[in-house]
Amino acid sequence: MKKFESLDLYHIDSLLSEEEKMIRSSVREWVTEQFLPVIEETYQKAEFPLWVVPKLGKMGFLGSNLPEEYGCAGINNVAYGLIMQELERGDSGLRSFASVQGGLVMYPIFRWGSEEQKRYWLPKLSSGEKIGCFGLTEPDFGSNPGGMKTQVKATADSFILNGAKMWITNGSIADVAVVWAKLDGVVRGFLVEKETRGFSAPEIKNKHSLRASVTSELVFQDCEIPRENLLPETTGLKNALACLTQARYGIAWGALGAAMACYDEALNYALTRIQFDKPIGSFQLIQDKLVYMANEITKGQLLVLQLGRLKDTKQMNHVQVSMAKRNNVYHALEIARKARDILAANGIVSEYQTMRHMNNLESVKTYEGTHDIHTLIIGNYLTGIEAFS
Amino acid sequence: MNIAVCIKEVPDTETRPKIQDDGRSIQKDNIKWIVNPYDEYAIELGLQLTEKNGGEVTIISFGPKTIESTIRSALAMGAHKAIRIEGPKDVADPLVTARALATVLKDKGFDLILFGKQAIDDDNAQIPQMISEALEIPGASVVVKFEINGESAVAEREIEGGKEKLSFTLPAVISCQKGLNEPRYRSLKGIMMSKKVPIEEVNVELTGENLIIEELQMPPQKQPGRIVGEGPDAVPELVRLLKEEAKVI
Repeated sequence: MKKFESLDLYHIDSLLSEEEKMIRSSVREWVTEQFLPVIEETYQKAEFPLWVVPKLGKMGFLGSNLPEEYGCAGINNVAYGLIMQELERGDSGLRSFASVQGGLVMYPIFRWGSEEQKRYWLPKLSSGEKIGCFGLTEPDFGSNPGGMKTQVKATADSFILNGAKMWITNGSIADVAVVWAKLDGVVRGFLVEKETRGFSAPEIKNKHSLRASVTSELVFQDCEIPRENLLPETTGLKNALACLTQARYGIAWGALGAAMACYDEALNYALTRIQFDKPIGSFQLIQDKLVYMANEITKGQLLVLQLGRLKDTKQMNHVQVSMAKRNNVYHALEIARKARDILAANGIVSEYQTMRHMNNLESVKTYEGTHDIHTLIIGNYLTGIEAFS
Repeated sequence: MNIAVCIKEVPDTETRPKIQDDGRSIQKDNIKWIVNPYDEYAIELGLQLTEKNGGEVTIISFGPKTIESTIRSALAMGAHKAIRIEGPKDVADPLVTARALATVLKDKGFDLILFGKQAIDDDNAQIPQMISEALEIPGASVVVKFEINGESAVAEREIEGGKEKLSFTLPAVISCQKGLNEPRYRSLKGIMMSKKVPIEEVNVELTGENLIIEELQMPPQKQPGRIVGEGPDAVPELVRLLKEEAKVI
């Protein structure tokens, strides 16, 4: 498979350190050589390629921005973002796996877990020996997670969970679920291990999007877990939302990867596809689409790079993350659509990757805070008025 | 077991080189530099051997300070030490590089000195043999299989139409060919470690430059393809052209 070079119209690479570029090259090579040759088939079969998990772990891509003392790589957030970008150039399902494992499972354990929980789970999740999932969304509570119905009752030496979670990435393959549920009216985080009695995770089938990713329902019926499975430092819904900020940060980078893949494919196609005796890239309407793509990729790159630098200097806030997620995913999807347009009929078959990215990005636009909810988060920040409550 | 892996920085395989106005060298702006791909088989072999038998892998390269990022990229695979021999980027005569390398290698007591079988930029493949001669130790080139048994080693090398198996004592010089192993991807751990390894800088006297590049030429432009005809009727004409024009059958 041909080597991939990303568009760098604004010499943004000059803003990256040698180490950041080396990390990007390493992921990029792996995705090009090992993942891209097999993704189309696994996507068509609607299977998550489980064999990638230990490989991602071995290379250090899971929870890579967490500290070395827990078996993680301890890289900075720009390098972490570049990993997400390159993984999503492969497939949004691949990046989703890494986002969930790192941002939504390892992060809350690291942030609000007991020392014992951290020592036990983080090295195993980092190496890919164990897989995690994150249960917040419920069938009737998507954009409004605070209304969740999943309840926990305390007994003398255990907790008993009842309720259901929906649209949970990695659910059916997870060894441990970070579940958010109300204990005495307060949202807390709990670790529920696979095969705990009263816990099941049926897979949601027949998806048109994220087909190479496992999406599940989590069902808790009098599911009893030991007391030590509470994440002791969790104090409310804001903890779950802080996890989402981590994952959304990765998504903002990841969406660029999908956009770059579509742009690259559309550009190559436009230069080689002959109509009216010349490459279609000679036509103004095709150039207009390519310019839009290059323009939005370049703006998106600058947006996430600055966001990463803010995160590394502890200045990042959730409104900035909302803006980056909202912008980059929206434009990635538009880029994928325009790329599909350039590819015309060829754009609908699996010989080309664009439509796979396009279908994936429909989910990415919705999950981790819909496009519209991010609009309202930013609107709330600008006006001081909440439009969603 | 201590192993030296000598690497060369080369332009990325996707580079489309342009010849400078002097007609003797290529333009170096905007080139992405990488570890010579054949050298990665040598690094992988070195790492596998030290993982099994203990010891260290030392990356050695000849060139200006700018090659340090490529040396770090080699270290990121997991190597332990690095030496850069100060020298210019453009040395046309491999004997100059070989003499410099030999000066550094001779007193270090390496059990094995590994190379890629050739450099992908100028397609030179002389230095391993020159080192083996200079240090008066055995050398095996284009090696596709390698095993160590105590003080001796067995190497399989590709020869025309087959393979040749050699045995020899250590220390020795090996040049590595594709198929020997699968070079590992650089892990984040390796990349982070590579930052911390100091690159020792060594100055040696450079002697014996005798080859001069007189001229570089780009390959001729590829001719566009030609459709001879369609269906079975076109076969005789296609065969005739392959025989008489392309002269490939």
